[in-house]
Amino acid sequence: MSIGPKPPRQSRLPDAASEARLLELRREAEQRGMVTSAGAKPAGAPFPQASPEAGYYGMPLLKKPGWSWEVPVYFFVGGAAGAAAVIGAMANWTGADKRLVRDARWVASLGGPISTGLLISDLGRPARFLNMLRVFKVQSPMSVGAWTLSAFASASAASAFAEAVDRRFGGLMPVRVLGNAAEALAASTGVVMSSYTGVLIGATVIPVWNENVRTLPLHFAASGVGSAVSVLELMGHDDSTALNTLGIGAAAYEAYEGLHIETHPTAANEPLRAGVSGWVTRSGGVLSGPVPLLLRLAALSTRGETARNFRRAAAMSTLVGSFITRVAWIMAGHASSKDYRLPLERGGAKQRQELPPRSRQQEKELLPRERPDKPHGISK
Amino acid sequence: MSPVTAFLTDSTICIGCKACEVACKEWNGIKADGLEFSGFSYDNTGAVGHSTWRHVKFVEQGPVIGLGGNALEFPAWGFSSDVCKHCEVAGCLEACPTGSIVRTEFGGVYIQPDVCNGCAYCVVACPFGVVERNQSDGRAFKCTFCYDRQKVGLTPACATACPTESIKFGEISELRETAQARVEALHERGVEDARIYDPRDSSVGGTHSIFILRGDPRTYNLPPQPRVPGEYMSAGWTSAAIAAGAMLAGALIAFLGDSRR
Ligand code: SF4
Repeated sequence: MSIGPKPPRQSRLPDAASEARLLELRREAEQRGMVTSAGAKPAGAPFPQASPEAGYYGMPLLKKPGWSWEVPVYFFVGGAAGAAAVIGAMANWTGADKRLVRDARWVASLGGPISTGLLISDLGRPARFLNMLRVFKVQSPMSVGAWTLSAFASASAASAFAEAVDRRFGGLMPVRVLGNAAEALAASTGVVMSSYTGVLIGATVIPVWNENVRTLPLHFAASGVGSAVSVLELMGHDDSTALNTLGIGAAAYEAYEGLHIETHPTAANEPLRAGVSGWVTRSGGVLSGPVPLLLRLAALSTRGETARNFRRAAAMSTLVGSFITRVAWIMAGHASSKDYRLPLERGGAKQRQELPPRSRQQEKELLPRERPDKPHGISK
Repeated sequence: MSPVTAFLTDSTICIGCKACEVACKEWNGIKADGLEFSGFSYDNTGAVGHSTWRHVKFVEQGPVIGLGGNALEFPAWGFSSDVCKHCEVAGCLEACPTGSIVRTEFGGVYIQPDVCNGCAYCVVACPFGVVERNQSDGRAFKCTFCYDRQKVGLTPACATACPTESIKFGEISELRETAQARVEALHERGVEDARIYDPRDSSVGGTHSIFILRGDPRTYNLPPQPRVPGEYMSAGWTSAAIAAGAMLAGALIAFLGDSRR
């Protein structure tokens, strides 16, 4: 219930203050063409106007990415599976422990079909997935990715299958040769699986993504290596020194990436530092960067069960952090697509940094508006 | 050989009747978007999208003396019919992994609805925010440049319905000349802020939808320097190659350095 205004005073004697106030109102009206005061402003005022600074009523210029939850999950699973294939291959070639080779092959081969399933279910027309393999276009990271995924899923499955046959029937030469060939193919497509997703989102028109196109593939690859190492550690390989070394490398890069974001406060990077997407980005960064880095270093200087505990904690933190990081980038992309200001800036990404920073007041006035959500009618 | 065609949308003679919007929806059989009040001038549509392929922008500006056409004391009120730009270098076409998006013999950019599998990658590749995925149908949609009508020698629906010939349709080089002549004539008549919008010096390399606007194109949500994703490709793949090398080398070194291998 709203409380009405106080009843007006019955009568009043003019004094210096009251007359000065009336003159002040008169001056304001003369100078500005209107008087702005609560009550004199209708709801919603000032009415939006189109202008070079505010664009078309502040409506988003770009369309928001149409992807749903499957895509960040795919980035996470595909990245980890690709890195697992690399780890498996290297462990095999350097003659590391057989169990590690086998488990890495299995992680990779499980990641293949899960990734494919996720990618297919994100399609608007899943039944037409095979249309992805109608053509091969180097200029389209999505096309490169679809082909890479197909090759990776087949090769990693073949290598895991060869592993199983080999173990069951013991040391068959042709099986082992085929398995190793498949493993080599899985590793070489695996590196693409882990890194191409960075190009996939980096080479787009979404400002926060293309601003970071130089670091995204490295960032995603490090994230993938971190999670592959962590999965293998949680499967019981928490005594492998090699895995800890790799984990340290990945966590160090992730820590650097977080630092890079925090020290590059460009307008395009805003969604990585402000708002909900900013906090999600930060928590993902901390959990996959500094936290596992410290835990893994602690594991280096301890031994036995303590070291294992440190590493298991690092592994869990990395997995959660890596997952959150993928979600964060998609969220940041959504936030970025709503900001009409960046694509309207002359020169785009290259000149963005040189623009003078906006004042708080300007920021508030130029706040992007939501496009009124339309119900999605079926075309045709 | 079929002629290479284009739209020339002359905002200075647009009267904001939305005949083009209606004609487009009717010819292409697109459903209505529903009724929402946006509060932005007479525009409740907002922007082009999967269910709006022509969209009339109602540009209300602060009172600038002489801008807006009517009497001096009225605020400026401009109209401009927006559409897919049918870019010379089209981000959507390059991004499409299925080859569903093609360039037609008329120079337009066309999504083959029977091939599109709805991956939505074109959506983040369009620097003009044109193409969009219809979430219930699953596929991406945008202006077809009335490919069906052009094939039988007809003018696109919007240009046919436009009562003031604000939307002109024709051979692209002729329309570029028409646009030049029109802008010069407007300048002579004192409409000094008239200009052509056809970003030929950007990575889009020009469009098949040329506009004549008054004032800054940003007022119409038209980017002064549209950038196609292709610009970022080499930086991205270089980084991916470094990442691949680092992964292989890192894993190799880690295992070689592990004494208990
Ligand atoms: S404006 Fe967008 S949808 Fe139209 S051709 Fe260019 S990139 Fe494609």
